[in-house]
Formats: sequence, C-alpha cells, structure tokens
Amino acid sequence: MQYSWFNRNLKWIYTLPAVIFVLLMMLFPIIYTFRISFYEWSMSATTPPLFVGLSNYIALFKDERFWHATGSTFYFTIMALGLEVILGIAIALLLSREFKGKNIVKTVFLLPMVATPVAMGLVWMLIYEPTIGVANMMLKSMGLQPLLWLASPNQVIPSLVIVDVWQWTPMIALIIMAGLATLPTDPYEAADVDGATAWRKFVSITLPLLKPTIIVAAMLRLIDVLKTFDIIYATTQGGPNFASETLNLYGYVLGFQYFKLGMASSLLVIFFALVMGLTLFMIWMRKRLEGTSS
Amino acid sequence: MKPKKGLRFIQMLLTFLVLIAFGFPFVWMLLASFKTQSQILSTGDMFIFKPTFHNYVSVFKEYDFLKFIWNSFLVAAGSTLLSLVLGLPAAYAIARHHLHKLGLLILVARIIPGITFLIPWFILFSKIHLVDTYTALILSHMLVGLPFIIWIMISFFEALPTEIEESGLIDGCTHHQVFLRIILPISGPGVITASLLSFIFSWNNFMFSVILAGDKTKTLPIAVFNFMSYSEINWGALMAAACIITLPVLIIALVSQRYVVSGLSAGAVKG
Repeated sequence: MQYSWFNRNLKWIYTLPAVIFVLLMMLFPIIYTFRISFYEWSMSATTPPLFVGLSNYIALFKDERFWHATGSTFYFTIMALGLEVILGIAIALLLSREFKGKNIVKTVFLLPMVATPVAMGLVWMLIYEPTIGVANMMLKSMGLQPLLWLASPNQVIPSLVIVDVWQWTPMIALIIMAGLATLPTDPYEAADVDGATAWRKFVSITLPLLKPTIIVAAMLRLIDVLKTFDIIYATTQGGPNFASETLNLYGYVLGFQYFKLGMASSLLVIFFALVMGLTLFMIWMRKRLEGTSS
Repeated sequence: MKPKKGLRFIQMLLTFLVLIAFGFPFVWMLLASFKTQSQILSTGDMFIFKPTFHNYVSVFKEYDFLKFIWNSFLVAAGSTLLSLVLGLPAAYAIARHHLHKLGLLILVARIIPGITFLIPWFILFSKIHLVDTYTALILSHMLVGLPFIIWIMISFFEALPTEIEESGLIDGCTHHQVFLRIILPISGPGVITASLLSFIFSWNNFMFSVILAGDKTKTLPIAVFNFMSYSEINWGALMAAACIITLPVLIIALVSQRYVVSGLSAGAVKG
C-alpha cells in the first residue's frame, strides 16, 4: 500500500497539537513560576524583577501565616478525606442493594458533584447564617446550643469540611459502587455456608477485595481536596481572621491582592511539590498494595 | 438470602436520610429564591409562604445577567469544542499506538494545582492584551477540559474492537479516513460523556475566570460572587442568582445522568 506522508505520520499529527497546547499552557507556566520564585517583583512597570536567590523561600519559612495555611490545608484535607472515604463506603453499601426508587436516590446523590461550587457556597452561607440559618434552627429544635459556623475561627474549618463532604462523598460512593458491582460472588456463597455474619463478610471479604478501588477513589479525592479553592473563597475568603486560609488561598492572596509575585511563586512551588509528592506516594502505595494482594 | 424485616426498615430509613441530606441544600436554595428578604429573615414558616418572582425579575432587570449567561455559555462551549478538536485525535492515537507516556504527560495537568498557572498566564496575557477576552478564558478553561476529554476517550477508544478499523482499511480507506468516517461516528456516547463533563467543568470554573475575565467577559460564577459584596446581603436575589447558575448544569446532569456518572467514574477508575 502506498501511504502519503500525511498518513505515515498520522499518529504524530494527531497527538502533537494537543501535546504542544498542554506544554505551552502548562509547562511554560511551571518553569516561569519556578524562575519568578527567585525574584522580587510586584508587577509594576517601573521596577524590574530583582534576583534575590532563596530569600522568598526563607521569608516564607519565617512567615507565621504560611505555617498556619499549611496547617489548615492538612487539617481540612485529613478531616474531609477521612469522612468522605468512610461515609462513601457506607453509602455505597447502602445504595448498592436493589430497592424501589433507587434511580431517584442515585440521581439526587449525583447533583452536588456537578452543581456550581460558588452557588453552593452561597447556599451554605445561608444555611450556616448564625441568626437566620436553618442549621442553628435544627440545633435549637434538638435542644442543642447554636453555633457560629463560618463566623467562628474554631468552627470554620469543620463547617467547610461538612460542605466538602456533602459535595464529594457522592463521587467516592459512585466509584465504590462501580467496584462493588464487579466483585465475585463465590466468596460470599462460601461464607454463607460457613454461617458468617454480615459484618464478618464485610470485614473479611468486601473490604479486602475493594481495597484497590478505595485507594484509587481516595487518591483522586486527595489531589482535589488539597486544592480546594472555590468553596472556601466564595464563603469565607480565608477568614475569619485567616482561620480558613489554606495554601491555595494564601498563594492567591499573595499574588493577586498583595502583588508579591515572587513570594507567591515560591509558595506555589512548595504547594506544587507537596501535591505532586503526595500523589506519587499514593501511586507507590497502591502499587505496593496491589503487589502484595495478588 | 433474605434480610430480616427490621434490617430492611433501617436500610430504608438510612436511604431516606441520605436523600434528604444530599438534596436539602438544593431545596433550600430554590425555596429561598422565591421568598422576600423579610420572609428569609423571619424564623416563622420555613416551607409554607406566598412565593414571589421578584428576585428573578430583579436579577435580570437590575443586573446584566443575560450577558453573563451568554459569556459563560460561549466560554464553556468554545473551550469544549476546541478541546474536542485537539483531544479526540490525540486520544485515538494514544489508545491505538499505546503512547501512554504521552497520555500521562497530559494527565499531569489534572494533578497540578491550577493556581500555579495563574501568575504566568496573567503576566503573559496582560503583555499580549488578552486579559478580559474570550480567547484567554477559552484557552485557560481548555486546560481543564482537554485532559478530561483525552482521559475519558482513551478508555473509550481502547474498548472499541480493532476489527472495525481493519475492515475499513481493507475497503481502501486510509487511517485518517477510518478515524473520520468510521471511528468518530460510532463514538457518540463517549464524545457526549466527555463533552458534557468538559462543559460542566468550564461552566463551574471560578479560579481561572476570577483573574482572567474582566468587565466585558465576566462569567456567571464571578457575577454571582460579586453580587454578594454589598453592605446588606440580599439573600433572595442571591439565591435566585444561585438557582440561575446551577439550573443548566442540573438539567444537563438529570437528562444525561447515565453519561455523567459513567464519565465521572470511568475517568476515575482507569486513572
């Protein structure tokens, strides 16, 4: 068969535009951010960027607000991820059985994931409003003390965790439901013969078989929880008194409110390294676990 | 295996609770959008009240909401279309020629915090006068849409049997013609899934637009957010705006539920 030049090089003609686009839009900014992190620059036309070596990084390490943001990022991530995984597994088990109206429940369950985060942030602000919010009305009707929710430095992160759990537990549950559908039936039949309880079957059969699926779901969520921006920015903008300021938000504030582009860039380099590092660690864990289980 | 009656009752109760918990914020948003400010501020009847359309009327009359809807639509549709043009051939070549390293490079875009791109983009786009243009917004939103489309389509194309292509080649088609005339037409479900999710992600995007959009190109999330920064929050209008922005994606999700679920979980499990 006689092939034209076009058809001989088809696989590169097909892939190159996408690859070039991604490299231009992604790789260039990363390299640029890395470079700028060694400069002091406020984007003013009169003062050019000034090379300052590592001083942006040193300044960050001496900056209390940076350490606070790092702490908040981990606090938020660990709480949200933990709750989402546990609730996700529980809800997946609950919804995977057959019952009337299953499709309606699954559809409602899907909506938080696709709903616009900024709009949802506003709705949760109304729900959490200390005097008129329905959250406090429910607490009062149960005879409990009303809370300040987003307005209190101590309660703001747990309140935001609830929003994240509301929005993203469905994703973990959906992935686990897909995993549950592919589980083999023989181990369960054998367990029934042995007269195992439902809890025992869950612990010794379902959970071990689901482990790879759970890890994948948790990994995807970890990557995104670390980067949470929309909900926090739309509801508290990092407040009250910086209590809910995560690394993502502090980077944004440094860059686009204070115009400390160099320092913002060095924070973003650290943040980038953190997300990449944790992702690679999770991939390594998954490989190791899969290696031992098979 | 028959679960006992008591157990089934508890399961039903729990399912009902899940339904309430995850559906409630939507119900609350919808209800509040039809309430007057004083109805929202009073703690009296929360579910029974005389609905008013005033909030919706004021959102469209006093603020330029039609324009924001148009901006959002243009950016979401534009970035999805361009991502399809770049992404479909790339995903096909990656799937058929096992170029998985290349695929991985593109997927890294999903892992990297989006905010890392923002400062360089802002500087670059300012220099070439692209801030506050649809071009800048579409390009930035493509970095979310393109990896997702490629991700979903790689697994879709890999699942297609290779015999389809072989028969096309025997009939005298070139590889390019096979892709355009045979593969693409039968890939409808995959393309729909990928396009819907790309559209939704762009429609919802806040972080890129808040920096790169300006007065002319302001998208809905930014408009709704700016709405809030008045001395006293007008909750009714705010909830009406929230309903307007959420409604299109909820309708898309409800109508194409099957596609959206398969897209969200396919992308996840294969990753």
